Amino acid sequence: MRDARNKPLASGRPATIAAFKDAALVGLATLGLGFPILAYRTEQNISNQLIIEPRWALAFSFAGLAFALRLAWLMTSAGRSSIPTWSMPVLSKRAGDTISRAGLGILLAYPFLALWITGPGGAIKWIDNFGIQILIYVMLGWGLNIVVGLAGLLDLGYVAFYAVGAYTTALLSTHFGLSFWLCLPLAGMFAALWGVLLGFPVLRLRGDYLAIVTLAFGEIIRLVLINWVDVTGGYAGISSIPRPTFFGIPFNATETGFAATFGLEFTPLHRLFFLFYLILALALLTNWVTIRLRRLPIGRAWEALREDEIAAKALGIDTVITKLTAFAIGAMFGGFAGAFIAARQAFISPEMFVFMESAVILAIVVLGGMGSQIGVAIAAIVMVGGTELLRELDWLKAIFGKDFDPTQYRMLLFGLAMVAIMIWKPRGLISNREPTIALGAKKSISSSLVREGHG
Amino acid sequence: MGIELCSWGDMDYFLQQLVNGLTLGSIYGLIAIGYTMVFGIIGMVNFAHGDVFMLSTFISVIVLLILTQILGISSIALALFLVLIAAMVLTALWNWAIERVAYRPLRGSFRLAPLISAIGMSIFLMNFVQVVQGPRNKSVPPLMTDLLVIPIGTSNITISLKQIFIMATTALLLAAFWYVVQKTSLGRAQRACEQDRKMAALLGIDVDRTVSITFVLGAALAAVAGVMYVVQYGVVNFSDGFVPGVKAFTAAVLGGIGSLPGAVLGGLLIGLIEVMWSAYFSIDYKDVAAFSILAIVLIFMPSGLLGKPDVEKV
Amino acid sequence: MEQRGGTILAVEHLTMRFGGLLAVQDLSFSVERGQITALIGPNGAGKTTVFNCITGFYRPTQGRIALTNGTPLSRPLLDRLTGSSLRHLREGTNEVFLLERMAGHEITAKAHVARTFQNIRLFSGMTCLENLLVAQHNALTRASGYSVLGLIGAPSWRAAEARSIERASAWLERIGLIGRADDPAGDLPYGDQRRLEIARAMLTDPVLLCLDEPAAGLNPRESAALSALLRTIRDADGVSILLIEHDMSVVMEISDHIVVLEYGLKISDGSPESVRDDPKVIAAYLGVDDAEVAGAEAELDATVAGRST
Repeated sequence: MRDARNKPLASGRPATIAAFKDAALVGLATLGLGFPILAYRTEQNISNQLIIEPRWALAFSFAGLAFALRLAWLMTSAGRSSIPTWSMPVLSKRAGDTISRAGLGILLAYPFLALWITGPGGAIKWIDNFGIQILIYVMLGWGLNIVVGLAGLLDLGYVAFYAVGAYTTALLSTHFGLSFWLCLPLAGMFAALWGVLLGFPVLRLRGDYLAIVTLAFGEIIRLVLINWVDVTGGYAGISSIPRPTFFGIPFNATETGFAATFGLEFTPLHRLFFLFYLILALALLTNWVTIRLRRLPIGRAWEALREDEIAAKALGIDTVITKLTAFAIGAMFGGFAGAFIAARQAFISPEMFVFMESAVILAIVVLGGMGSQIGVAIAAIVMVGGTELLRELDWLKAIFGKDFDPTQYRMLLFGLAMVAIMIWKPRGLISNREPTIALGAKKSISSSLVREGHG
Repeated sequence: MGIELCSWGDMDYFLQQLVNGLTLGSIYGLIAIGYTMVFGIIGMVNFAHGDVFMLSTFISVIVLLILTQILGISSIALALFLVLIAAMVLTALWNWAIERVAYRPLRGSFRLAPLISAIGMSIFLMNFVQVVQGPRNKSVPPLMTDLLVIPIGTSNITISLKQIFIMATTALLLAAFWYVVQKTSLGRAQRACEQDRKMAALLGIDVDRTVSITFVLGAALAAVAGVMYVVQYGVVNFSDGFVPGVKAFTAAVLGGIGSLPGAVLGGLLIGLIEVMWSAYFSIDYKDVAAFSILAIVLIFMPSGLLGKPDVEKV
Repeated sequence: MEQRGGTILAVEHLTMRFGGLLAVQDLSFSVERGQITALIGPNGAGKTTVFNCITGFYRPTQGRIALTNGTPLSRPLLDRLTGSSLRHLREGTNEVFLLERMAGHEITAKAHVARTFQNIRLFSGMTCLENLLVAQHNALTRASGYSVLGLIGAPSWRAAEARSIERASAWLERIGLIGRADDPAGDLPYGDQRRLEIARAMLTDPVLLCLDEPAAGLNPRESAALSALLRTIRDADGVSILLIEHDMSVVMEISDHIVVLEYGLKISDGSPESVRDDPKVIAAYLGVDDAEVAGAEAELDATVAGRST
């Protein structure tokens, strides 16, 4: 296998034979991987006994597919040259601004566009499942980007702050009747506080160890939410959380509702539009604050910490405070997002804050290119939007039969995409660093010089 | 002896829990070796290792069913022996392929890339098994239900045959594995790569092959743990890789990451702590205990019990 | 201008032990204000360990490291401070710091001791200008109202930012790197990186600048430029310098005072002339003849070979 790869497959029969041999080995290995996990399916029969049903056709078709793909890869130019490198064209500041402005324009018009194109029935799905869902992850990604991308602190438990924000909002609004607008800042504050509390013990840790401890903290918080039934409702979660209002005016069909107040015909779309613009505003706030902070001493200190902690210390930077502010501010935005999700769903449970969520958010940050705001947004759109799109593939049932459910492949493809993007672009989609200040024209800094941090 | 402190009934319960803890600990220890070896050789937390273990439990269940239902083998001992061999080989093949596809292209690259790739692989494996085998629990009929009663004083401790089987097989395979790592040229190559991969390559060691073999060995031991898990609990589920994976990682860290005896020791300790915690305190918070130990060890004792301290030069 | 003369840093009975290894043994020396003091010695003599103790990266096993900020070191004040549990004490214009009691970043931020590193530690993914702005972190943080004024873009913050950019530009001008202000520091040639690191340390407003092998890897022309730069730092900026250096031409040319270490012990201390003629120093540098070196190498090879089979 190695020989085939190293020798240039110039031309002629020996090369073809080598390619066939190589592809045959790959096919055989795939068959081996498919036995027995693909070749047999376990089923419970009527008497509740586990039985197996052979489906060798599936295993063989996968092996055949692997053979064919490998052969095609080796026989085409792709196999001969190394993987083509593709880099994001470096945009001038002017072009970049134009793109940002156009993007913002599209985002602002998005709910209306969705309504116009798909009508009131289709718009719900497009605004809720795509618009709001993606924006939540964009916001979480931007929040985590402060910790991971700027300060270089690898956090695998970010979902904990999202959970703190959501539970703060849920508990305060159901027990004390606080409005969403009061809960929102409180959720951010509590999450920031937790960021400091959890950040403090891990200050000395670096790299993978920091990642694992933050993972442990995230899981501990989730397990406490499950087990502390008196307060959190355990697995059942907290329901009937009051929905956010339009600054006091509820979105309902009553006479004091939003529609009646503004003389509109009542439709559930009003609330959806409101939620969309709310999360858009929160996400843009996160982005604005991050961009501003990067140009302030604290933001430069974060990046200095990521580049070289020892040198930062030697310049008189208090690394403890600097790390804790990164944890706190990152956590605060997670808390805001949590407050939003609690109000949007009106129901929360510990199942929404599993480790997988942290992994998805971290994946978005790393896949987008650590530190790059636009990269994170693109990664969120591709990864979350892409997997949501699978829900739209119902027509595949016509090909694969009625039992075929494309949505169950969502996370499977998500995982594969993570691996594929890492191999393709290990430093993420947009890996160049934008300097925070320049005497002349700003020049992007190649990712090969930018360090990823130790901690 | 603490006989005066507790009645024989309590002692009985304690010893029973001790055996349960050691059984669970053997499973964790076997998985932990995979983490510790991979971390030792390429400095990476192989996030997907818990899911490789989960995959091996499915392979074990299916092979067992093939042997008993299709081939009609009635001897449980023979069936289990064959299941063990098949699971070790097939799981090793999986981990070999995973390393080849998802980690090798990223060696020497950006430090976060292999970690993210491993998380992606973990998500893929979990969902792959869910898609191809379904989301429901898969349970097999209890195996080796015979009980062994050992009289101690006026009381008896019951040890099931399967627990003896689990601990004996684990000990035997660990001894064999220890021999491979300590006494063969493969083990030497592995230790050389751990010390300095570049230097090892210069000295003519095939680093790629050594890393591949490390993944193969790690997976084979995870597969042993998988078979033992099926024998002990009899139920498998696609989502059962994450938590045992984290606990085994905790075990590896507790023992001192990079240290093989440390991984086994850590596994036994974590197994005992988990069982004793559930037996005497609260079953609800047993995972909280495991995660807390992980955090506390990493924060206060990052080199673990048997590991080497890591000093940073200024 | 600050008053010249007098001790600025007094290292007394400094001992640093790593497990069984005694890296520095009962070392005492002082750095005089307005002078360039060199710390020299063969490899492994413990020079960098002394630096790490002074700049707070190691906590010494024993000993006192006192720094004064302003007037010459006041002994009574130092004794009072040592008797207390405080880290620094101020009395009128006299201020004394006990560096062994302070955390690494405080030594730079409060006692105003700056350092560079043997293996250059620039923020390689940040531009030269950014590197120099990070060095002004503490002053800028206060000016940004702990980020609050900065976030809203208050005029006072904008003015402070402009001033800091001016200071950075002035330093870039001085080390001849103004044309590369917007290039990543990691892209600079080695000699430029050394100078940038010194400029970065200077922008923390130090009273004492500690340089760990600033001439390492420089060509003769760059070494000469470095010597000139260090002299202007001493003379024009009024900053005292403590440096570790192997390049004897640089050491002899610019040092006012030399301290020689061997195996963690001080073997000589004095003016460049007296040190150069000290038989103990000559023995330390040249004491081992070639036959002995060859014998030691052969022994080492045998050990390595024995271990690898």
